[in-house]
Amino acid sequence: MAQPEIVIIKYNAGNIRSVNNALIQLGYRAEITADPEKISRADKVIFPGVGEASTTMAFLKEKGMDTLIQGLTQPVLGVCLGMQLMGSHSEEGSVDCLGIFDAPIRKFVLPRPNPDNLKIPHMGWNQISDLKSDLFDQSMEGAYVYFVHSYYAALGPHTAAGTNYFLSFSAALQKDNFFATQFHPEKSGPVGLRILKRFIEL
Amino acid sequence: MLAKRIIPCLDIKDGMTVKGVKFVELKTVGDPVELAAAYAQQGADELVFLDITATHEGRKTFVDLVHRIARHINIPFTVGGGISELSDAEALLNAGADKISINSAAVRNPQLINDLSRHFGSQFVVVAIDAKQEEGAGDWTVTVNGGRIFTEKKLFSWAKEAEDRGAGEILFTSMDHDGVKQGFANEALARLSEELNIPIIASGGAGNMEHFRDAFVQGKADAALAASVFHYNEISVPLLKEYLSEQGIPVR
Repeated sequence: MAQPEIVIIKYNAGNIRSVNNALIQLGYRAEITADPEKISRADKVIFPGVGEASTTMAFLKEKGMDTLIQGLTQPVLGVCLGMQLMGSHSEEGSVDCLGIFDAPIRKFVLPRPNPDNLKIPHMGWNQISDLKSDLFDQSMEGAYVYFVHSYYAALGPHTAAGTNYFLSFSAALQKDNFFATQFHPEKSGPVGLRILKRFIEL
Repeated sequence: MLAKRIIPCLDIKDGMTVKGVKFVELKTVGDPVELAAAYAQQGADELVFLDITATHEGRKTFVDLVHRIARHINIPFTVGGGISELSDAEALLNAGADKISINSAAVRNPQLINDLSRHFGSQFVVVAIDAKQEEGAGDWTVTVNGGRIFTEKKLFSWAKEAEDRGAGEILFTSMDHDGVKQGFANEALARLSEELNIPIIASGGAGNMEHFRDAFVQGKADAALAASVFHYNEISVPLLKEYLSEQGIPVR
């Protein structure tokens, strides 16, 4: 089978190389690019990201990348901040996002009192459950994946996987051709690689 | 449920692991990438690589090594040693490090924590603190240069300051417990965990599996780091995870 054309959207976000490293481990080749032509005609588009929501949304708008991403018809995978930017509105910098998912992005507020000494960010390995997407197979129910975030997508109509950290929230979202994970599949060991592989093979 | 993290730590000199590692039958003795991959496969949750090279040449070798590590493993990893300015951190980020740890550079120049977290995000910045308990008193003095130099700073106030300046995690090593293999500094760990809102990584003192349990239960740590017990195969990561799970501690 011919190699699928995979692009990773390049923008002002940190550590987008790790997704590419994981794809290389899977035997795929991806191009990291901001070129609208290449993004539009790729077979698969990955929208990664680590950073702050409002400044990143401003950057995407300035470059016209907001409408570009909204208009994509091939499978798109948002990761971490990428996922949150595909939500409706983020409390981080109080900004309207791409509105692809009907999912508001909220800030974690620790319970008071906090007898379990919970911390923010939600950092480390947590379990995914109630899997409802082709990103997952049923053997992944309860699997541990790696999260690092201080804002979360509430549960809603597009929740494709849930997780729990003193409250339940979306670990993954899906609507039509748009897929997204709050966790980092590229940092989630063998399970994460399988999720990425399933996305590429969609 | 969020799992408690187990973190093997590797000391690197001139691009190679320092100690003779008995851990597994490695093809190349001292190759950090192969060792890292083996730990990842065993179920280590994260890895820490500390560069103890002093020379400029060695630093370049370390950045190349980070690049290779990032290509071969897909669990999060932290790199530390010799980071004293933004450009050092940026080179390591670009090589693929998920986090950097800073220690004496942060003590000398606390503003570095603010600068790093503003540029790269808090999740990228681990502040490592080496401290020694004061005679008879409850407080701890922050040390640098492997515990040899005492500073003006105290553990709890410095850790809080690091959090306020934007640290994403605190890696606390008790110099009284390090290398002794009699358990972690659980009282101090618990106080850090209660007073701070960012994750605390316990370091220094692991000798057996019970010590890890105690660091999580009594010490309320979010993660525990160790080196020699893993490298010399005194404790295997899979058996440790099994033990902790039996003890009711959530692990991956």
